[in-house]
Amino acid sequence: MTSSEQATGTLRATTRLQELRRRVHFDWLDLAVIMMIGWAIWWFVDRIDGTLKYRWDWSIIPRFLVKTDLKTGATVPNVLLEGLFTTLRLAVWGLLLAMLIGLVMGMARTSKRLFLRLIAGTYVMLVRNIPPLVFVFIVVFFVASQLLTPLGINNAIARMSPEAKAWMSILFGPPRLIENFLSGLLCLSLFAGAYVTEIVRAGIESVPRSQLEAGESLVLTRWEIMRFIVMPQALRKVLPPLAGQFIQMVKDSSLVSLVSVQELSFMAMDIQVSTQKVFEVLIFTGGLYFVICYGLSLLFGYLERRALAGGG
Amino acid sequence: MNRPENDMLQSSPAIEMIDVHKWFGNFHALKGVTLSVGAGERVVICGPSGSGKSTLIRSINGLEPHDAGRITVNGFTLTENQRDLFAVRREVGMVFQQFNLFPHLTVLENCVLAQTRSRGRTREEAESIAMEYLHRVRIPEQAGKYPARLSGGQQQRVAIARSLCMQPKVMLFDEPTSALDPEMISEVLDVMTDLASSGMTMVCVTHEMGFARRVADRIVFMDEGIIVEDDVPSRFFESPTSARARQFLSQILAH
Ligand SMILES: Nc1ncnc2c1ncn2[C@@H]1O[C@H](COP(=O)(O)OP(=O)(O)O)[C@@H](O)[C@H]1O
Ligand SMILES: [Mg+2]
Repeated sequence: MTSSEQATGTLRATTRLQELRRRVHFDWLDLAVIMMIGWAIWWFVDRIDGTLKYRWDWSIIPRFLVKTDLKTGATVPNVLLEGLFTTLRLAVWGLLLAMLIGLVMGMARTSKRLFLRLIAGTYVMLVRNIPPLVFVFIVVFFVASQLLTPLGINNAIARMSPEAKAWMSILFGPPRLIENFLSGLLCLSLFAGAYVTEIVRAGIESVPRSQLEAGESLVLTRWEIMRFIVMPQALRKVLPPLAGQFIQMVKDSSLVSLVSVQELSFMAMDIQVSTQKVFEVLIFTGGLYFVICYGLSLLFGYLERRALAGGG
Repeated sequence: MNRPENDMLQSSPAIEMIDVHKWFGNFHALKGVTLSVGAGERVVICGPSGSGKSTLIRSINGLEPHDAGRITVNGFTLTENQRDLFAVRREVGMVFQQFNLFPHLTVLENCVLAQTRSRGRTREEAESIAMEYLHRVRIPEQAGKYPARLSGGQQQRVAIARSLCMQPKVMLFDEPTSALDPEMISEVLDVMTDLASSGMTMVCVTHEMGFARRVADRIVFMDEGIIVEDDVPSRFFESPTSARARQFLSQILAH
């Protein structure tokens, strides 16, 4: 490397550093804030250690994540991991169902037909004005149990081939708990669906009338206009609040533990009671929820950037 | 044997409006408009703001349903019936003041969407027709861009191409150059002039009096929901009969 190359190299490095500094914008005030935060954390940890007299034992976490099957000797998921899987299933199916409900109800809410508007309006009004706790119990005991039991899902599963059963348990969890899971899922998606409905409605209403008129003058039907012109624009606009709503839904999924759906927080509570290792389990499950929710944030952030790149 | 076309021109006009009324609540926006546009004819509509020009032109393809009277386009009469409405819309293309392109679709997709949906064309057919019309409005090179990346004049030309892709018999323009910066007006007017010389039936709300003089067969002057004058450009500009038209002309030609 010649000295001039070296010089341009250092030059480039310094400009990059300057650029980074400009972007990060770090000065003595930031340093002071960081030091104060650090001191506060140290103070809390110190105090907690001093006053709680708590004996930390993180080894219980891996023990409840996986276990060794006594019959086969294989490593299989233990309760904590089972709970995580159930929460993930609730999140994925809940997201799909809530989105579906939100799309249909959102369109109904902006429909020309009074009847459709009334149905969707009543649905949103009910969900928004009842405490989630009460809503969960009402849906599970009065709606889900009446709907699901007559469907004969358990019998249908019993008659399935082993392969189909395996798929069912990957998608919906252990077959013996499937009715319970589905009623929890119904709660969650009906609950989140109401909020998604309002978000979708706001999105639809944000698309100017002139867009519909352009569609009409091109001989598109009302459904085609909705499907190809209004919805794509509406959904792009409401991606940020939708992301927030779905993240909220994942966190709300712990509500269905109240009706014994054995998801993450249900299992965590179980372990806390049996081991007395309250804090380890709390902190660890909190971390798991964080990872799922943050993953969703990243996913929606990506979708938003893609929408922006495409005309937006 | 080259008479039939002429006969048709005389026997059934492209657009026929008879005693059309429109109310917005209590406001009487169209007070009995009667207007007939022959096939291949170019009609310019002008008049002061709020005189009902947009309402009139939008009632022709049923964007603004009329309350009384009769509107017929190429033999299809607008009724409450959806099928009649769509029959009329299939005959008519429309260009708006604000372009109204679909912002989430590229220029090409803007032109393709309605073709594949309501003309039943395959994607390939629709794309090649779209490119043909984008050539005609002189922006084939912008096909892959999103509307927001184009200038106003370019967007309006895309909007014209998008309408033409549906191969309408009649084109309606509602102040197509009013939202444009002055330097872009002529590129849009040039495209419209081309279209006029290709024999398209056109109804055009505009205050571009140079364009009207050059291209229009007739000028319709509206005020307060009625047609006040309906004459060939030379007579309309040289010797308007009504005081209102004279006043309007002196205002618009003053700057
Ligand atoms: N959707 C509407 N609701 C109520 N009044 C309207 C509506 N559209 C137009 N008008 C009224 O009708 C009159 C004619 O409007 P318009 O046809 O847009 O006039 P122009 O295009 O000649 O400026 C105006 O007074 C306007 O305020
Ligand atoms: Mg107008």
